[in-house]
Amino acid sequence: MALRMWASSTANALKLSTACRPHFSPLARCFSSGVVVVDGLKYANSHEWVKHEGDVATVGITDHAQDHLGEVVFVDLPDVGGSVAKATGFGAVESVKATSDINSPISGEIVEVNSKLSETPGLINSSPYEDGWMIKVKPSSPSELESLMGAKEYTKFCEEEDASH
Amino acid sequence: MGTRQVGNAALPLMNTVIMKGVPILQQLQIEECLLRTSSHNWCIINDGTDKPNIVMGISGKAGELVEITPVLQDKIPVIRRFTGGGTVIVDDGTIFVSFICNKSDVPDVQPYPRPIMSWSSLIYSKVFHGTSADFKLRENDYVFGVRKFGGNAQSITKNRWIHHTSFLWDYKTRNMSYLKVPKRAPEYRLARDHLDFICPMKDYISRSDFINKTIDATKTHFALSSTELPSNFQFTPTSKLLSRVELEAAANNESRG
Repeated sequence: MALRMWASSTANALKLSTACRPHFSPLARCFSSGVVVVDGLKYANSHEWVKHEGDVATVGITDHAQDHLGEVVFVDLPDVGGSVAKATGFGAVESVKATSDINSPISGEIVEVNSKLSETPGLINSSPYEDGWMIKVKPSSPSELESLMGAKEYTKFCEEEDASH
Repeated sequence: MGTRQVGNAALPLMNTVIMKGVPILQQLQIEECLLRTSSHNWCIINDGTDKPNIVMGISGKAGELVEITPVLQDKIPVIRRFTGGGTVIVDDGTIFVSFICNKSDVPDVQPYPRPIMSWSSLIYSKVFHGTSADFKLRENDYVFGVRKFGGNAQSITKNRWIHHTSFLWDYKTRNMSYLKVPKRAPEYRLARDHLDFICPMKDYISRSDFINKTIDATKTHFALSSTELPSNFQFTPTSKLLSRVELEAAANNESRG
């Protein structure tokens, strides 16, 4: 609750409408631009996140990515049974005028695809870390996760990237 | 990627290809191949395409966007391209300009739709500077005042992006009747139909001046080198021509709601 209130007050200070902001779990942290990063996930420098639980890893794009892309209107995802390779594209999102590749943070076999995204692609905007998940993967090399960024490192990465533009 | 010293700046190199009358499907396939397989920056200009074609964005549904009965009757090709964005009908009056860039060669531009769009508008601001045109980037369209004259679309990969535009230098008003008013439209459109929403560039600038000034404006960001296209691509492009069967199925789906 305390973290959620902090995110809300920060958004108010930044004059952001909290009614329009995505909804996040209590593990969310909000950095200076109002964009949110969640503790416990790992992050790629191409702005995808991965959550490793047991022998399944869930993948999606971050709040930073969805915020910069704009309203997502279409998602192109692979089929179950296919494979993904670390740092390689596995699908795309369309927002306004652009298609943007989504790159997998890890290698492995796709065991589930979020079918809700075909009817409701906006879940990526409203719930990038929860309902907007994209694929679930059985990792072939779990050690790949070690080279990804943690929440604090990713926060710094995003702040530096935004500040340089 | 290489650079060339121009004055005090080391500008990144950009290959420039100027074509005339190349079929739009071929242009799109070339562009996707260059985006995915080349490591160079490219400016592709196609001065008109050979015949009228309807071109939808990657997620376009023909039944929602196109008047399929007259399209089938008049045998107008319908293409789904690899980039996002809306639907256009293009012909010999359209001038196409495409920029394919390495992110690292335009480091001041964040590789997201809006920053790329804004960067492109700086180039075209220079093109129309000194003309009577009231050029602006409005939402995601190039406009004169409140009328759209250029449609934009992009594809962004891990390390590169393409921003391409179809400019309505001139068009045939009857061709616009093949297009439906889209459900998703910019706010400034205000439910106007096509002929009240768009305008031609020809009242403001000649074709040759537009192309030459676009090349000149690009030189402020890149060192241009005229070149020919590679001949062998090891890549299968995804832009495709919809078949008659696909169009008829789209019409049936739309009528069933």
